[in-house]
Amino acid sequence: MSRVELLSPEGLRVDGRRPEELRKITSTTAVLSQADGSAYLEHGNTKVLAAVYGPREARHRALVLHDRAILNVEFNVAPFSTGERRRRTKNDKRLLEMASFVKQTFEPVVITTLYPRSQIDIYLQIIQHDGGTLQACINAATMALIDAGIAMTDYVCACTAGWVEREPALDLNHIEESSDTSEVTIAMLPKSGKVTLVQMESRLHVDKLEDVLSLAGKGCKHIHQVIDKTIRDRAEELARKMAV
Amino acid sequence: MLRQKAFVKKTKSGKVLKVVKEHYLRDDIWCSAEACKKCGHTETVLSAIPSVNKLFPLPHYIIPDTNIFMNQIDVMEKPQITNVIVLQTVLEEVKHLSLPIHKRVRDMIANKEKHFYVFSNEHHRETFIEKLKDESPNDRNDRAIRVATKWYGNHIKDLKPHISVVMMTDDAANRAKAIADGLQAVSVKWYIEALDNTELLDMITETKELDDGQQMIYAEHLSPAQLSNGIKSGKYYQGKIGISSHNYLEGSIFTKIDGVDGTVLILGREHLNRAVDGDTIAVELLPKSEWRTTPTGVVIDEEEEKEEEESLKAEAEQQAAASTDTVMADATKAAPVILDTPQPTGKVVGIIRRNWRQYCGFIDKKSVHTPAGSTAPANVMFYAMESKIPKIKFRTRQAHALIGKRIIVAIDSWPKTSKNPIGHFIRTLGDAGDKSTETEVLLLEHDVPFHEFSKQVLSFLPVEGENWVVQPEHFNGREDFRELNVCSIDPPGCTDIDDALHVVSLPNGNYQVGVHIADVTHFVKPNNVMDQEAASRGTTVYLVDKRIDMLPGLLGTNLCSLRSNVERLAFSCIWELNDNAEIVSVRFTKSVIASKASLTYEEAQNRIDDDRMQDDITKGIRTLNMLAKKLKQRRLDMGALTLASPEVRFSLEHDTQDPVDVEMKELKETNALVEEFMLLANISVARKIYEKFPDSAMLRCHPTPPASSFEKLEKAVSRMGITIDHSTSKTLSDSLDNAVIPEEPYFNKLLRIMTTRCMMQAVYFCSGSMTEQEFRHYGLATDIYTHFTSPIRRYSDVMVHRQLHAAIDSDISYGNELTDKESMNELCGVLNHRNRMAQHASRSSVELFTHLFFKNKVEEEEGYVIRILKNAFIVLVPKYGIEGIVYASAKVAKVEGETTAAAPQPILVYNPETDSLQSTEPLAEGEAPKVQVQLFQKVVVQISIDDDLKGGGEGGMRQKLKMDLVKPYIEGVSIHSSVSKEEKAPVTSGLKRDAGAPEAKRGAKKKDEAEEREYQAKKQARREKRQLKAQLKEEKAHERIRAKEAKKGKKYDPTIEDSYCKHIEVDGREYTLDITDTAGQEEYRGHWNDKFMRAGDGFICVYSIASMGSFQELVGFRNQIWRAKESEHVPIVLAANKCDLEEERQVDTGVGQEFARLSNAFYIETSAKTGFNINEAMLELVREIVRTRERERFQDLADHSQYGEDPAYPVQAKIKGYQKSPTPPGPYPMEEEELEMEKGCCCTIM
Repeated sequence: MSRVELLSPEGLRVDGRRPEELRKITSTTAVLSQADGSAYLEHGNTKVLAAVYGPREARHRALVLHDRAILNVEFNVAPFSTGERRRRTKNDKRLLEMASFVKQTFEPVVITTLYPRSQIDIYLQIIQHDGGTLQACINAATMALIDAGIAMTDYVCACTAGWVEREPALDLNHIEESSDTSEVTIAMLPKSGKVTLVQMESRLHVDKLEDVLSLAGKGCKHIHQVIDKTIRDRAEELARKMAV
Repeated sequence: MLRQKAFVKKTKSGKVLKVVKEHYLRDDIWCSAEACKKCGHTETVLSAIPSVNKLFPLPHYIIPDTNIFMNQIDVMEKPQITNVIVLQTVLEEVKHLSLPIHKRVRDMIANKEKHFYVFSNEHHRETFIEKLKDESPNDRNDRAIRVATKWYGNHIKDLKPHISVVMMTDDAANRAKAIADGLQAVSVKWYIEALDNTELLDMITETKELDDGQQMIYAEHLSPAQLSNGIKSGKYYQGKIGISSHNYLEGSIFTKIDGVDGTVLILGREHLNRAVDGDTIAVELLPKSEWRTTPTGVVIDEEEEKEEEESLKAEAEQQAAASTDTVMADATKAAPVILDTPQPTGKVVGIIRRNWRQYCGFIDKKSVHTPAGSTAPANVMFYAMESKIPKIKFRTRQAHALIGKRIIVAIDSWPKTSKNPIGHFIRTLGDAGDKSTETEVLLLEHDVPFHEFSKQVLSFLPVEGENWVVQPEHFNGREDFRELNVCSIDPPGCTDIDDALHVVSLPNGNYQVGVHIADVTHFVKPNNVMDQEAASRGTTVYLVDKRIDMLPGLLGTNLCSLRSNVERLAFSCIWELNDNAEIVSVRFTKSVIASKASLTYEEAQNRIDDDRMQDDITKGIRTLNMLAKKLKQRRLDMGALTLASPEVRFSLEHDTQDPVDVEMKELKETNALVEEFMLLANISVARKIYEKFPDSAMLRCHPTPPASSFEKLEKAVSRMGITIDHSTSKTLSDSLDNAVIPEEPYFNKLLRIMTTRCMMQAVYFCSGSMTEQEFRHYGLATDIYTHFTSPIRRYSDVMVHRQLHAAIDSDISYGNELTDKESMNELCGVLNHRNRMAQHASRSSVELFTHLFFKNKVEEEEGYVIRILKNAFIVLVPKYGIEGIVYASAKVAKVEGETTAAAPQPILVYNPETDSLQSTEPLAEGEAPKVQVQLFQKVVVQISIDDDLKGGGEGGMRQKLKMDLVKPYIEGVSIHSSVSKEEKAPVTSGLKRDAGAPEAKRGAKKKDEAEEREYQAKKQARREKRQLKAQLKEEKAHERIRAKEAKKGKKYDPTIEDSYCKHIEVDGREYTLDITDTAGQEEYRGHWNDKFMRAGDGFICVYSIASMGSFQELVGFRNQIWRAKESEHVPIVLAANKCDLEEERQVDTGVGQEFARLSNAFYIETSAKTGFNINEAMLELVREIVRTRERERFQDLADHSQYGEDPAYPVQAKIKGYQKSPTPPGPYPMEEEELEMEKGCCCTIM
C-alpha cells in the first residue's frame, strides 16, 4: 500500500497517461557529421543518441567473416543520465547484455551478406534515462542504420509493455519499471509482423502474457509510424536540397 | 489527440536527487455530471439533481479541501453527504498525510450511492497550475482547488436544471480568497448546521485550538526534525508506548539503552505528555535520581483522579513482584521491605506517529450536566472500554440519549491546554449489557472484520451454488479416492469439516494412511476479491454464540466441507506407515473423495469401544487409533509438551442464546487420534514446501521460552518438593508428568495451565526470514511445522495448499504471491495479528457469556491462587475456567455522598522472599505469619457480577466479574459467605438512596406527537388492548384520566403511549413515580422493544377478566419482560381488571393467581371504573420494587465494603490476571497446537 499507486482507479498512470498510451516521441536523423549515419531519439524523458559507422574494414582480422559483415554494438550510459550520478565501467555486465540484445535484434534484419569481410559499428549512448532504454536504443539504431544507408529487410521497431497493477500498460517509464513490474520488450518488423526480440524482466503470469504481447505489438506499429515519418521527412528534405 | 504537453517537475528527496518526471495534461477528463452534454463521458457519477439544503437552496456539488477529509472524515462518510467532487490534488494530499483516511475516502468513492467523483484536475489541461515563485506547496494546492472549483462552476453553469459548486473548507483565509474569486465557499460547520441533523453536528471535529489564555498543561512537543536529530544522537529513545492496562498514567517502551534492550518507564500525566497507547514516541531519560522502581510514587494532580491513585497501588505489584524477587534473594529477612532497583524512567518529548483509532466505550454519566431533553451542545467525558485509553472529551447534543449506551468515539486532537484528548462522536452501537451490542463491541475492539461478504466477494463463488457437484473434468490431475473408506471425526455440530482420514492395510504388512483436507484453493483463486477478503480476515473467529467466517458460508459449510456421502475435492497426504507408525514413504496429491461417515468424537469413541461393530470403517478407526497412540508416544518421547488451558463451554438456551450452564471441555481418545494425524500431515507438508520454496515457505514456529519466565513458577513448586527442569522441552515435559500430588488431583492440570502461560506465542513466519534453527516448534518438539489441515478457517493453510500444489505439480503456473519473501512476510504479520485478535475475541466472548451466566447469581466455588501480586492475588476457578483478582487491601466503609475515600489499608503485605502475601503483624525470627496466601493455595471465593450498568460510577459500564475471598477468612479482606451476609449488611445507607431515587416505575419512552397521531389512526383495531394498558393511567388517580375513563369502553380517546409523573406515599415514605403507559404496543413491538422495557423497574400487567384473549397475551408480555430484564425476578403486579363486570368473567381468579405465582408476581383484582384496588396495585408494585432493590443493595453493600466504595475498583477488578502483564508470557502464550480439533466452543454448543 505504501508503494506508489501506479494506476489510479480513474485509469490514469503516474504521469497522466492512460494504460494504452505511449509517451511523446521526437526524433531526428543525421545529427552527427562524423558518423555515416546517426539518429537522436527522445522517448518521453529517455534520450538516446545512435551513431553507425560502416560498413568499413574490420578492426580485427581474426573476426572477419568472408561471406558477410559483422555487427558490432557498443552501448553506453552517460553518468549524468540518471538522478544519481554513477559512472559505469566499460565491462558492466548490464551494458554488455544490452549491447548483445541490440546486436541479436539487428543481425537477422540487416542484410549482412551484401557487405562481406566488413564491419558495421553501432554506438548507442543514453543521455537521459527514464525507463524503456532498450526500446529507445533499438528504435534509434534503426534510424541510424537507415540514415547510414545500410540495407535492411524492414524497420525494426521496439516497444515495451508491462503489467501494471491490474491491466497491461504500454511503454513503462522509470517509476513504473522500478516498482518491480513485469515488463516485456519486443522488437518487431512492422510490415511482416515478425518478432526479432522478446525480452522479459521479472515474472509474469502466463495468462497475462498474451495481453501484454499484443499491446506491445500495437505499440510497435505506432512507433513505426512515428519513425517512418521522421525518415521520410528527412528524405524529402535531402531530395529538396539535392534538387537545388 | 491525447498527449498535450510534456513538461518537467523537479523534486528532491533524501540525498540530493533530482527527479525528473513527465506530466501529461489531457483534455479527455470529464466532469461526470449527469446532465452535462459537453463531455464525452459515458457513465456519470454525479447525479443530475443533487441535494439541497437551507444554506444552499439550489442543487450543488461539494468540493472539499484536504483538511475536510483529514479532520471530518466521519461526517463525510455519513449518507447525508453526497455528490462530492474529490479533486486529485486533495486525494494525493490525503494519501500523503494518512493512508487509513485515504483508504476510507477510496471506499466512499467506490460506493455508488455516495456519488463521489474523482476529478483528475492535475492532469486536466485547464485546471492544472504551475507553482508560482515564493508560493508554498499548501498555497499552491489551495489555489489548485480554487481553480478547479472555478472551472467546474463555469463548466456546468449552463446545465438544466441549474447546478452550482460549493467549495468546502475550514480555512477562513482560503474561503475569503474563494469568495473574492466569485466562488461559493462554506465551512463544514455551516453546511452541517444547515442540514439540521444533531447526530451529524456531534460528529464535527472541533479543529479550533483552545484560547491561548488557557493554562498550558503539557509541555510542547518537539518538532520532527529535532526528534530525528535527537534520536540519531542518542539523546532521545524511540519506541512504541504500551500503557499499563490498569493505570492509564503509566506506560513503558522497549528500546535499546546503551545497546542493551531495556524498558523505559514513563509515569504520570505530565511525563506521558499526551501519548496514547500504541503511539510511537520519543522519550528523554530523566536524571537517575528520579528513576523509579515502582510507579507508586507518582503524584496525581487532581483529587478526582483517585482512581489512578488506587490503580497505581494495584499496579505496583507487577514491577515489584518482577524486580524484587530476583533481587531479594540475598536481602534482609526481616519484615517485607522492598528494595528498589530503579528502572530507567523518562518523559515523552515528542510523538513520532499517532496510533489513534476509534474507541468503543460509554459516556460518564456524571459529566452530563445539561437538563434531560436538552439539545444544546455540551461537553461530556467518554470512557473507552479499553482502560488504557484516557478519558476523551467530546461535544454532543444528545448526551442524555447516550447514557447507558455503547458508543464509538474517535480522538481528533490533544492540545497542550487540554487535560484530556478531544474527540468526536461517531455512532451508537446499542445498549450496554445487551448481548448483541457487547458482541459487536468486542469484535470492534479486537479489530475483527465482521461485515457481511460483499456482492463482489460472493460473485467468485461457483455459479452452480448449492448444486455444485464434482464433474468429470475435475478428475484432471486428481486421484480418484472415492472407493476408499474415508471418514471424518469432528466435534458435534461441526459444519465446516476440513479433514477426513482413511487407512488401508497393505499386503506387505504396512498401512496406507491418508489425510484428506478440503481443497479450498480449487475455489479460492489467488488475488481475486474473495481471496483478498479471506486474506484480510485471516481466520474464522469462533465466539460462544456465533462464528465469523473467513470464507462465505457456501464454501465453508458446503462445497468445501467434507460431508459424508457426497463427492468432494480434497488435497490428500498419503503415507505408508509400518507397524511402529514410522513413515516409510509419503506423497501428496489432489483427489476426489466421498466420505463414508462424518462421526463425532463420541461416536467414533463408541465405535472403537463397541466390540460388536466390525464394519470396515470401525476397523479402520481402530487401526488409526493404534497408530495414533504410537505416534503420540514417539512424539512425547521427543519431548512434546502436553499443556492445558481451562477451556469451558456454555450450554445455551435455545431461543435466547443465553447461557444456562458452563462445563469444562472434555477430551476423548479420538480427539487425540485426529490430532496426531493432523500433526503428522502438517509436519510432512512443511518439509515438502520448505524444499520447494526455501525462501518463501509459510511455516509456523514456536520459540523456546526464555528461562526467566519460569523463575516464579519454579520457586512456587519447589516449596511443594517439586522441581521443574525447563532446559529442554523433553525435561520440562518429564517434570510435568512427575509433578503429581495425590491428594490434589487438579494440581497437575493447574501446573500445566501455568506452564502454558510461561510459553511464547507460536507464530507464522516466512522461511526466508529466519535461520533453520529457529524453525523449531518447541511445544510439539518438531524441527519444522506449518498449518495445512484447516484451510476453511485459516488463511495460512490456504497459502500452504497453494505452495504444496506448486511443489508437487511442476506444470501449474503461479504468480509471485508464493515466491515473494517480502509479501509473504507481510502476510505472516497480518495473520499473526488476526490470529491473536481472534483468540482474544473468543476469550472476550467467553468472558461476556460468563458475565451473563453469573448475572443475578452469586456462587461460592473452590479456586486456586495462580499468581501473587503486590496487594492482590489472582484466583482461578477450575469449574468455570475463570480468573479473578482478590484484593488484599482492607475496605473502608464509605459514607454515601462523600467524595474522598480513605486510602485502603493493606492487610496483607507482599513478601517477595516467599512470593506470598502475609499478614502485617511483627514476626519473630523463624515464626510463620498468621495468615499467608501462596501460589497454588486452595481458597474458596464468592463469584458475582459487578454490574453497575445504570450507575454513574466511573467504571460503571465495564462489566466485571468479581471474586471475594471466603476461605481462608482474613479480617478485612474476606467476606462472609453469602448465607450470613444478609443479616449483617447495614441498612442505613440504603434508605438514603431510596429517598433520592426518583423513579420507581418506568416504561417506554414518550413518543413524538407526530408518531402518536399516526398510531391513532389504528385505534379501532387496538381498542381492546389499549383499554388494558389504559388501566395504568387510572391507577394514577389523575382527574383528567378519570374523566376519560368514565367514557371507557366506547369512545375512550386512545393514547398510544404516555408518561406521567406521580408522587405516592408508601409505608410512610414518599416516592416519585415515573410512569409510562404502553398501550397498544403489540402493533409496534419493534419500537417498544427490550431496551425500553429494560429501563422499567417494575411492571403492572393488566388484563380484563372479561377477555380471555387479553389474558393470554400477557404471557407474551411477561416473557418479553423477563427477557429484557434478563431475570425472572422482576417486580410485576398482575392486575385483573374490570372486576366490576363479574357477570362477563371469562378468566377465573384461580387461573390468574396461578399465573401470578408462576410469574413471581403479585395478583390483585381491580376495577378501573370504580377505582377499586387501583391504588393498592400501585402501592404493591412500589413495595415490590423496594424489596427488590433492597435485595440488590445487600449485594452492593457487600461489594462496596470490599473496596471501601472506592470508585476505582471497577478498574482494578479486571478478572483476567494475564491482562495485567505488559510483558510476555501472555495468557495462553502458546495456542494449543495439540488441540488441533478444537474449533472454539461454538460448534459444540449450538
